[in-house]
Amino acid sequence: MQELIKRAKELLADGTVVRVLGWKAGDLPYNPEPAYFAKDTDFADFVYNGFCGANLSKYMIEASKMEGKTLVFLKPCDTYSFNQLLKEHRVEREKAYIIGVGCKGKLDIEKIKALGIKGIQSISGAELTDEAETLTVQTLYGEKTCAYKDAMLERCHVCKGKEHKIYDELLLTSRDTTDADRFAEVARIEGLSPEEKFAFFQKELGKCIRCNACRNVCPACSCRKCVFDSNKFDSSQKANADSFEEKMFHIIRAFHVAGRCTDCGECSRVCPQGIPLHLFNRKFIKDIDEFYGEYQAGEDVDADAPLTSFTFEDVEPSVVSTRS
Amino acid sequence: MQRIGVFVCHCGSNIAATVDVEKVVEIIRQEPGVVHAEDYQYMCSEVGQAKIADAIHEKGLTGIVVCSCSPRMHETTFRKAAERAGLNPYMVEIANIREHCSWIHKDVEEATKKAVILARAAIAKVNLNAPLKPGESRVTKRALIIGGGIAGIQTALDIADAGYEVDIVEKTPSIGGRMSQLDKTFPTLDCSACILTPKMVEASAHEKITIYTYSEVEKVTGFVGDFTVDIRKKARSVDMDKCTGCGVCQEKCPSKKAPSEFNRGLSNRSAIYTPFAQAIPNVPVIDREHCLKFQKGKCGVCAKVCQAGAIDYEQKDEIVTEKYGAIVVATGFDVIKLDNYDEYAYSQSKDVITSLELERIMNAAGPTKGHLERLSDGKAPREMVFIQCVGSRCADDRGKSYCSKICCMYTAKHAMLIRDKYPDVNVTVFYIDVRTPGKNFDEFYRRAVEDFGVNYIKGQVGKVAPQPNGRLLVQASDLLDNRQIKMEADMVVLAAAIEPNPDVRKIATMLTASIDTNNFLTEAHAKLRPVESPTAGVFLSGVCQGPKDIPETVAQAGAAAVKAIGLLAKDKLLTNPCTAHSDELLCNGCSTCANVCPYGAITYEVRQVNDHGIREDRRLAVVNEALCQGCGACTVACPSGAMDLKGFSNRQILAEVDAICQ
Amino acid sequence: MSIETNETFRPKIVAFCCNWCSYAGADLAGSSRLSYPADVKIIRVPCSCRVNPMFILRAFEKGADGVILCGCHPGDCHYSTGNYYARRRMTLLFSMLDYIGVENGRTRVEWVSAAEGVKFSATMNEFVEKIRSLGKNVRLGDLRCRS
Repeated sequence: MQELIKRAKELLADGTVVRVLGWKAGDLPYNPEPAYFAKDTDFADFVYNGFCGANLSKYMIEASKMEGKTLVFLKPCDTYSFNQLLKEHRVEREKAYIIGVGCKGKLDIEKIKALGIKGIQSISGAELTDEAETLTVQTLYGEKTCAYKDAMLERCHVCKGKEHKIYDELLLTSRDTTDADRFAEVARIEGLSPEEKFAFFQKELGKCIRCNACRNVCPACSCRKCVFDSNKFDSSQKANADSFEEKMFHIIRAFHVAGRCTDCGECSRVCPQGIPLHLFNRKFIKDIDEFYGEYQAGEDVDADAPLTSFTFEDVEPSVVSTRS
Repeated sequence: MQRIGVFVCHCGSNIAATVDVEKVVEIIRQEPGVVHAEDYQYMCSEVGQAKIADAIHEKGLTGIVVCSCSPRMHETTFRKAAERAGLNPYMVEIANIREHCSWIHKDVEEATKKAVILARAAIAKVNLNAPLKPGESRVTKRALIIGGGIAGIQTALDIADAGYEVDIVEKTPSIGGRMSQLDKTFPTLDCSACILTPKMVEASAHEKITIYTYSEVEKVTGFVGDFTVDIRKKARSVDMDKCTGCGVCQEKCPSKKAPSEFNRGLSNRSAIYTPFAQAIPNVPVIDREHCLKFQKGKCGVCAKVCQAGAIDYEQKDEIVTEKYGAIVVATGFDVIKLDNYDEYAYSQSKDVITSLELERIMNAAGPTKGHLERLSDGKAPREMVFIQCVGSRCADDRGKSYCSKICCMYTAKHAMLIRDKYPDVNVTVFYIDVRTPGKNFDEFYRRAVEDFGVNYIKGQVGKVAPQPNGRLLVQASDLLDNRQIKMEADMVVLAAAIEPNPDVRKIATMLTASIDTNNFLTEAHAKLRPVESPTAGVFLSGVCQGPKDIPETVAQAGAAAVKAIGLLAKDKLLTNPCTAHSDELLCNGCSTCANVCPYGAITYEVRQVNDHGIREDRRLAVVNEALCQGCGACTVACPSGAMDLKGFSNRQILAEVDAICQ
Repeated sequence: MSIETNETFRPKIVAFCCNWCSYAGADLAGSSRLSYPADVKIIRVPCSCRVNPMFILRAFEKGADGVILCGCHPGDCHYSTGNYYARRRMTLLFSMLDYIGVENGRTRVEWVSAAEGVKFSATMNEFVEKIRSLGKNVRLGDLRCRS
């Protein structure tokens, strides 16, 4: 963390950048939030630890409109999002000074709580420089511990890798955290009967309160104005449109980001209801890989996106009913 | 809210017999926004159209729904009627209650219910219609003809005679095409060259015609009235301006082993060559693959003997860029490869030939100077067998499903000519059917049978096998006598199917013109627009559209010319107003739409927008309405819904969905 | 088996047809008097690539029991490439609907040329029969966020 602050201050001092996009401590020990830093004094609450899951790429859309360069800290997985935004002309490369920061897997407070750890006052072992395999949590009820791995976000178990896809310089080293199959859960659901599938999604989507957190955090869902907020798809009856939106929101959202979603997992991380929203996006990714060849959004800025390209021999839509 | 008038057509009894039109009117009258509803016998009649005009005037209609036949039939009619009455023509929508309802349903109640729903959908759509105005685009008064065969030549002559500039692009070193390879033509037996050569000369001498031979179309951009085409003039290695066509270079050229394309590989030509004596232009090209100078670096005989100093070994391909208002495709045909028909021993015996090869053999300028002889040993044949439908009317994928159309007639011609010139040669024709529709065609065929004693046998040949004695054993079945035939022949002639020139696929892609599964170019309408491609400004001439003989080709060439002239005669074109457009406040500038646009109609510009008081420079998609053809690919690709299609907007289509699912 | 006699359930079926091939194919089915059930209602679009997945989802939400999209055969698109994009979009959308438990028989894409009136009619007959066997579509209507 101190390395990050030191380097940020240097780049501010020599005029390379005019502001820094990073994370600052929140009101709880586990909820840091994205923030800008411009003056030396701003860095008092700068933080970079296991709870800094927030992907800062999307903030670069706004930062790209500001005067001067912005230093942005991107974890390996965040760089895919930045690349995708670059591909879509939403961010400007020359407005960003990218420091690729190392990552040893980000933490999911809900998992810690689910282990029965309540009344959390402080957590140690979440620092990146820390080689600790265990988190030590001070709670109202005394000190508790849990394995770092057990507290990790789902997305980190299926990490895309330690490599930064775009950066100006690198700081800190990453740890390999991949220990699960990215598509296992999608495949499990695919194997269910239609009734079971429907029951699963009805239960999950039934929790949705339409708070839009998923939409707001998603780097792909970055339209100036969401189709759900414009009248472009309304017919004359607004009441019906609301019902349409309510029922179809997540399917349409997933379709709109299909081929563009880097699988950064932010949607699931921020969902206050704990809906595994990544299962929609990952289904599209799995299908795209299977039907049209492996494609990782944000890996290569110049690659043809799967939904804006085709081959003459593409599978027919009937493949859906004929494959197993 | 629109003031909508609904007009329900009886179409005589076509609709009224199955749809209770009065009931439809009665129900639709109650729909919100509908201020007028009536039914009439024939809405497309003058009286029917007058009813629309009257209602527009009397009731102040702002939108019209006509429940009638398919919009593909009369949408234009009703739009024009509305326009004459002062209403924007795009405020008219059609509910197709004939093709999609009365004609396919029997139960009146059911059909009536469906007609009401279709009418409701159209009403829901027209409620959201907005007046549209077609844009204007200019017309470049110049036509491009791709292909310099008889089709291309005739089209070029007709367009040029009407006073417009025409360019012909021909891939080979000379214009003339397939017809120049023919000896005689059916059913009059005039000499092909005698009737073609004057046309070639006329085209080359015409002040309005420019001929690019040994050239290919490389790139096409633009749209009807305003195409920009890159033409690659392949390096001829001979200066067209200096060459006098004396022919000495061809005589002296030491490399004489190149197969003659003109003689279908039955004879050889020099590396520097004109394809045939009457070639236009009469300027040779150097076939660099066979030229010693290009291959071995030494020779240069042609340059030494050329008194005009026309040989230019350094010549490079040249790209000419030209603008055209209309493009005519006249790429013609070739005969199919016979790899799949090994049972006829084409690859095993020199005496098994195609009909086109026979044309060259029979021609005085051909490989045998016009003497009918076996290519294997030069002996005169005594017994000749013709096999029809080789690769035509084929049920499996070995050949073509279609009838090549010309084979019955040219085989009768060949048989007749052989029997006439060599009465001692027996000629047997194996056929599936003899098809002779055409003026004087059946008479011609009957003469072959009755006057010239050609032996026609209905039956298919199973096998042709070369024999040790040098002859060919032909095994066939006679379907009428129900017997197996085994006979020896000296020569076997295969009526190989014809297929579109293989290059047509590439050209069709450049022109965004559609082709069918057989690679024939598709007409805009099989019956009513047979010489137009569905792509505006692209016309079809000759066999590229489908098999046809010379008179048909010439007739179609003229028809294509008339269509092109009709276009070139206009100073301005109205463009389809149903184009995509982007809402600048919603556009992300992400380029996704441009990635799917087949016409390159979408570009991006940075422009200041005022988004509810916030002024900022944004990267925005801009649609060139002259280029946009209105497919709508971009509208779905656009994640924010900024891109929409006029006339088929998201809200319009959703309104139809809602009305149908109500 | 005649589907005209099955009166128990009349499904709502939306057929999106491209203007150049499939709509003309439907016209040809009409002029050839090749019947198919009145349950099918056609919406004309310029090209299969004009069909937004939102249109299909909206149809289901509004009570459609089946949605079919017809376009020109691959290679024959009037706009040359539109149906290729439609093919990918619909493949992914249909797969997603299948994934959330909507019976995959309720969605279909069929390439129908202007000359294929017979195919158009046969396709619609088949599709209607399939939807009738699946019964009313309730799942997409029920897939709401608030329980």
